[in-house]
Amino acid sequence: MSQAQIKEVDKKIAEREDIEKQLSQSYKYGFSTDIEMEEFPMGLNEDIIAMISAKKNEPQFMLDWRLKAFEYWKTMKEPTWQNVTYPKIDYQSIYYYAAPKTDKDRPKSLDEVDPELLNMYEKLGIPLHERAALAGVAVDAVFDSVSVATTYKEKLSELGIIFCSFSEAVHEHPDLIKKYLGSVVPVTDNFFATLNSAVFSDGSFVYIPKGVRCPMELSTYFRINAINTGQFERTLIIADEGSYVSYLEGCTAPQRDENQLHAAVVELVALKDAQIKYSTVQNWYPGDKNGKGGIYNFVTKRGKCAGDRSKISWTQVETGSAVTWKYPSCILQGDHSVGEFYSVAVTNNHQQADTGTKMIHIGKNTKSTIVSKGISAGKSQNTYRGLVKIMKGAQNARNYSQCDSLLMTDHCGAHTFPNMEIKNNSAQIEHEATTSKIGEDQLFYCQQRGLSSEDAVAMIVNGFCEEVFKELPMEFAVEAKKLLEVSLEGSVG
Amino acid sequence: MLEIKNLKASVDGKQILKGIELTIGEGEVHAIMGPNGSGKSTLSQVLAGRENYTIDEGQIIYKGKDLTEFSVEERAGEGIFLAFQYPVAIPGVKNTTFLKAALNSVRKYRGQEELDAAQFLRLLKEKSELVELRDDLLKRYVNDGFSGGEKKRNEIMQMAVLDPSFAVLDETDSGLDIDALKIVAQGVNQLRSPQRSMLVITHYQRLLDYIVPDYVHVLAHGRIIKSGGKELARELEEKGYGWIAQYEQNENALPSV
Repeated sequence: MSQAQIKEVDKKIAEREDIEKQLSQSYKYGFSTDIEMEEFPMGLNEDIIAMISAKKNEPQFMLDWRLKAFEYWKTMKEPTWQNVTYPKIDYQSIYYYAAPKTDKDRPKSLDEVDPELLNMYEKLGIPLHERAALAGVAVDAVFDSVSVATTYKEKLSELGIIFCSFSEAVHEHPDLIKKYLGSVVPVTDNFFATLNSAVFSDGSFVYIPKGVRCPMELSTYFRINAINTGQFERTLIIADEGSYVSYLEGCTAPQRDENQLHAAVVELVALKDAQIKYSTVQNWYPGDKNGKGGIYNFVTKRGKCAGDRSKISWTQVETGSAVTWKYPSCILQGDHSVGEFYSVAVTNNHQQADTGTKMIHIGKNTKSTIVSKGISAGKSQNTYRGLVKIMKGAQNARNYSQCDSLLMTDHCGAHTFPNMEIKNNSAQIEHEATTSKIGEDQLFYCQQRGLSSEDAVAMIVNGFCEEVFKELPMEFAVEAKKLLEVSLEGSVG
Repeated sequence: MLEIKNLKASVDGKQILKGIELTIGEGEVHAIMGPNGSGKSTLSQVLAGRENYTIDEGQIIYKGKDLTEFSVEERAGEGIFLAFQYPVAIPGVKNTTFLKAALNSVRKYRGQEELDAAQFLRLLKEKSELVELRDDLLKRYVNDGFSGGEKKRNEIMQMAVLDPSFAVLDETDSGLDIDALKIVAQGVNQLRSPQRSMLVITHYQRLLDYIVPDYVHVLAHGRIIKSGGKELARELEEKGYGWIAQYEQNENALPSV
């Protein structure tokens, strides 16, 4: 696409904005006003991608990269191997840029919001003023985190740490972007990652310089402009030699989003002796009791232990979304590098989750640990899918996998698909798997000691997840426990 | 304290208890002995309120209230404690976490103030010494990987912490060697008080050498067929359970208490 064409597109946008400005005079709350007016046409083609790129004032290399991804995406087919079912997605009827949220589509007050959702906010102890914003009510959301974020940023920049939005990084640190974007998840990787590469809206960028230990947990919560990054989020974290960072993603409050399809990509790069700890609490709207209106969460998360003795650790607590498709993985390229995956996946009502990990051992003496805890309730289906691959040169690789499933009812399902490809005889692989139904004996024992049945269930389930929770930063773990209790309330049957 | 009148109870449609009559006064320790399948464990489960046991007939009056109207956890709050024959493991839940939640739950029910972490740990230290429970067991997961003896001592320690007014000890001696048995019995004896009644269920007389009951009852085929003082236990041990078979010959001629 030529510069002239882009200008043409820009002109069209400008005209449209003009018209809309006039139409929206009555809108006076000033909530992300510019976004409200950027109504991009529906569907996906080169023009749309150019518009997205132009809108963000991206350099040519970024646009080229997007278009290359799109070119490839057109030849790809949506995967069907995963153990989930959902109605066919029409990719041409989706808005690919900051999906316009007109007030008429949004709930006007909390009265119009799914009472179940509000009930959950209440139980999680979310402050009143945040509830409306989380539920997507069309009001001006006042976040008092602005000042917090500023002090936070100053402290980080003193250490040379870069923590900013992805768009900002494209402008401020193009060399890092050019070097590392797509280096872990190639543009051609898979249907959803390739789609993301073509149309991603924004996300987070982190760079930790050599030898620096990031003194605080980095969290998107403090990055104000992360609000509304929308459905195609892109995260890139680079830990340079000998550095350490702990990154937190998500929050326990169930977030409502008009965009049903979410296809994020997260890439982590750990250089020599570097460590990245990535923790997620995912609690997207799972839909109502019948599974209507929930988010489809198709995420590609991968980390590369590029240098010797590097370590990447994924910890996730997944309780939300109608459909989850997610395999945070590690490529263990450096010798003596370590990959870890700790996961709790909860499904209730009609939720479906197909999640797990891939550990690709390339370097010598590489080590990986997988601990997956699946909890199924209601009529939900919960699948663990894992791959442990030991390449030819990975001398003395070790893997330990443990997959436990807990069933809360007789109507739900738990499935485990552990795959292994071992091409080096020196590998040591251990795999353990259990499936159990929440024990009537355990419940009775707890109740005889005075605990209510809800408290008893919460205690048993939290115990089941303990190995994973202890990997989470402390406050996050406390929130995750509370979240689990609320998600599974009244679900024993 | 507790009055059981003509109690008939079933599980899976099969009647196990066929008219239990039993009165336990305040501070008394009663023992129930009987062969396997006589209904001993059913009685303990029914008293604790386990759901899949149905009461067909009769009454259980506890402190003047109809016990059957209370749920399992309410009974715990009312002061009923069951030391399990097979204590259940709860992996991932620390013994202290579990017991603190349980204690505060019953304290709340009893209208008492909940204990904070420091207060609780003080109480726990004192009570765990009662049954010589090692500190590391408190930090381990509830009954997970505990030996038979450790499980039973843990039960008695929980009883000490929860301070019930009526405790049922269901075959607390099973699976214990003599040293463990002595420690457990010693713990139980220290918990005897004029305010606390106990029902000790056992197959063997051995336990009753260490926990000396005020009364002994013989249970067979869902009924108490003989009651007496502590000497009845020894008599039963000497003659064996075959001895009670004579009573079954003529159900109308049950021996008088």
